Amino acid sequence: MTKIYSGGRAKSAPLLGRDTEPTIFEISSPGRSSYQLRTTGVPETPLASFIPAEHLATEVVPLAEVSERDLVGHFTRLSHRQFSVDLGAYPLGSCTMKYNPKFCDAVAADPRLNSVHPAAPAPLIQGWLELLVTLEETLCEITGMSAATLQPAAGAAGELTGLLLMRAYHEANGDARRRVLIPDSAHGTNPASVTLGGYEVTTIPSDERGLVDLAALKAALGPDVAGIMLTNPNTVGLFEEEITEIAAAVHEVGGLLYYDGANLNAILGVVRPGDMGFDIVHMNLHKTFATPHGGGGPGAGPVAVSSRLVEFLPGPKATRGDDGTFSWSTPAHSIGRVHGWHGNAMVLARALAYIEVHGGDGLTRVAQHAVLNANWLRKRLEATLPAAYDRPCMHECVLTSSELKAAYGVRALDVAKSLLEEGFHAPTVYFPLIVDEALMFEPTETESLQTLEALAEALETIAQRAADTPELVQGAPWSTPVTRVDEARAARTLIPTEDAATRL
Amino acid sequence: MPDYLPHTDDERAEMLAFLGLSSLEELFDHVPEAMRLAGGLTLPAGLSEPDVAEHVAHWGDANRATTQRLVCFAGAGAYDHEVPAVVRALSSRSEFVTAYTPYQPEVAQGILQAIFEFQTMISRLSGLPIANASLYDGATALVEAVNMAAGATSRSKLILSSGIHPHWRAVVRTFARGTGHEVIEVPLVDGVTQWGSVDTSGAAAIVAAYPNYLGVLEDLAPAKSLATTEGALFVVAADPIGASVLHTAGHWGADVVVGEGQPLGTALAFGGPYLGLFACTEAQIRRLPGRLVGETVDTEGRRAFVTTLRAREQDIRREKATSNVCTNQTLMAVTAAIQMGWLGTNGLREVATRCAQGAHYAAQQLVALDGIDLVSSQPFLREFALTTPLSADIVLNRLVDEGFLGGVSALSLCGGEDPSLPGDVLERTIVVAVTEKRTKADIDQLVAAFAKAVK
Repeated sequence: MTKIYSGGRAKSAPLLGRDTEPTIFEISSPGRSSYQLRTTGVPETPLASFIPAEHLATEVVPLAEVSERDLVGHFTRLSHRQFSVDLGAYPLGSCTMKYNPKFCDAVAADPRLNSVHPAAPAPLIQGWLELLVTLEETLCEITGMSAATLQPAAGAAGELTGLLLMRAYHEANGDARRRVLIPDSAHGTNPASVTLGGYEVTTIPSDERGLVDLAALKAALGPDVAGIMLTNPNTVGLFEEEITEIAAAVHEVGGLLYYDGANLNAILGVVRPGDMGFDIVHMNLHKTFATPHGGGGPGAGPVAVSSRLVEFLPGPKATRGDDGTFSWSTPAHSIGRVHGWHGNAMVLARALAYIEVHGGDGLTRVAQHAVLNANWLRKRLEATLPAAYDRPCMHECVLTSSELKAAYGVRALDVAKSLLEEGFHAPTVYFPLIVDEALMFEPTETESLQTLEALAEALETIAQRAADTPELVQGAPWSTPVTRVDEARAARTLIPTEDAATRL
Repeated sequence: MPDYLPHTDDERAEMLAFLGLSSLEELFDHVPEAMRLAGGLTLPAGLSEPDVAEHVAHWGDANRATTQRLVCFAGAGAYDHEVPAVVRALSSRSEFVTAYTPYQPEVAQGILQAIFEFQTMISRLSGLPIANASLYDGATALVEAVNMAAGATSRSKLILSSGIHPHWRAVVRTFARGTGHEVIEVPLVDGVTQWGSVDTSGAAAIVAAYPNYLGVLEDLAPAKSLATTEGALFVVAADPIGASVLHTAGHWGADVVVGEGQPLGTALAFGGPYLGLFACTEAQIRRLPGRLVGETVDTEGRRAFVTTLRAREQDIRREKATSNVCTNQTLMAVTAAIQMGWLGTNGLREVATRCAQGAHYAAQQLVALDGIDLVSSQPFLREFALTTPLSADIVLNRLVDEGFLGGVSALSLCGGEDPSLPGDVLERTIVVAVTEKRTKADIDQLVAAFAKAVK
């Protein structure tokens, strides 16, 4: 294999100097400005002539006063102090940091979609309504479900929406239930969502295979169980092979199965949540369908459901009429709105564009290559960082650095920080909680074999360094814009704004 | 077949051989055969980008309500403000767009510092010391605020002014299904909340809007005094543009301020992504939902920024967390910081002032028409509600024919009967917003179109 460090390794990225960037308030200079507003000809009546003094500010709220040139310089320099998918490989497990096609950016910037007011009457927004209906139908085919809401703005919002649907379903059956089962490997949003959904969490242990302990699950089931939340493949990157038995057992006590779609990208076109027996599915469009993460949002978390839950979905929903026109309608026993408008519409449009480029076959290839890359990396690193569970993984692999810790006192965090030094983003560390010194890698399908090889070599270099000079690994990174930061101090002496009295 | 995969046939074969496999399908051998999807997804075949662009054009052309095709006087929580080229250029830099949550501060100082600057600006506009890194939108920010109040007071009764945007109240009602909170909506008279008309005893939160959805600037002193008497948190849903020229919500005594951040640099975007603004007092910091960035130092003593007080968050507290929020709307928060940087101290005040001047000029001309009246006699800033002799839908349709998205029907926002307006008035009420982008000529033409429409 030719060893060209193409694509993902970002060690060539120019980061000028090692000074800090002043805040926008520090570069502000009274009297400077950059804004320009339209000439309107509207009479310039003083505010005080129509707004009573009791409402008018007596002090000016200071923001910043900068020239346009300073504004551009400041935010451009900040952008140079930021790692991104476009800069290099981002194998952050569970987060699916794949390449975000530029074409979808162009779709989201199209003013024919982007400048539409959300309260415009249905006849004026037929294109948007058709887009939403098309996306809903497409997501239902991908998940094997009957209908979906596109309102939830992120995965966690989708989870809570799904739990409220679960609650509405049981209540409609006059069936008060109390508990929701969650495996101990679950994302933290799951138990938090369960609490906000008004249920109690019962945690189900994982077995030595990293899968749900079926006997423990069956022991926990009862008539007060509203349902179970599962991620499949689970957060360890393994497929829950006994899902059919799990589904039968939960359904037998009248419970519902909730599918956390955080890892849907691993099974596109291979197996569908609906066919596994799930009743409720949320999707993270920013993961599976490559809408950019924006530094931590916006996402989109549509929720699809089986036929018996359709009437409870949030409304209003875009609906296709018999005459080929589109309108809004609200399901008969809707739980109500879960978003101020129609969800993160531009994210939805990006996702549909991504799906249409790939088509059914292309989406299957996405899943296949995500799984290929993860398994290749897992096996390639066997001797350096063994897998926590010695089984084929899906789209991500959980490795452990417990040997490095025992031998040299080098922790998973140190390995992750050293990877930054090597030009890669760090993996997710210490998650899932059930694995000691966990390093979770999700290479995604858009990284090349050369990039994966470079990543593996970087990890080998770090492991060797841990043996030779552990202090270099323990203190890494050294050449990033800042070195390790004092997180304890940030929490102890809170400085959340420029105005904090405790400012350094 | 178009896609974004880098694998060549040889590389794929090499990788499979390394795993001891001969086909991609074998990667899924451990998935039980019976549940696997035979024959793949029933979806159209993949298309090239230019082919998909044709679909996008079809959808786009089927939307009449773009700001290019209709002059926008619609508001109701989503406003057509100026977003200049410089803000669009900076906020679309791929370093911001394609990053993840700044979990590794050593390589995420750009976004962390931008959020710190955003938090500072929102804190100042709210008049409260703490602002988080944003939430999904104004409505869900309000849900987080009332959950915070319920947690802080160990109570479950929420008193909401029906001047709160009808969609926001609907979202609060939806999430109260899970938390079990009791939601009481207080009627308006002349656009003013009648706090005394409901039983407020044992309230967790008193929630007011500034301005309310009919545009009215209510005196918030009675609401504050009620919150103090009841031992409830005082939550204010405030407009960030107005905050530059009006008293801040903090000045009125708010414990929590929420808002819709869309007017700060985000496109109308058919309702999302927007961003929820959230600020609170220091007393509530341990219950703060979402992410918070704080300043600290690195090992070499240099200033650095990091997400902090992480112990509040769901991934650590799990079922004991007070919020399940994970992702926020960082890109919109960064955009808002850039837009507020562009506007600056004076620009934001200028925008608010021009909106108010345009709105008052429009209102004066409109009420001079036969059959058009203002819903409230109270002061307003950039938005006001009027009644017409006909149903709002008929009038708005006629305005479309003249080239205007002339406002938003109050009935369509409320979806039915609502404590904010009597039924016969609700059906004839249009909420009109004027931004700094509307010229005198736009307004004069709108007035002429209204004159024709209400005949």
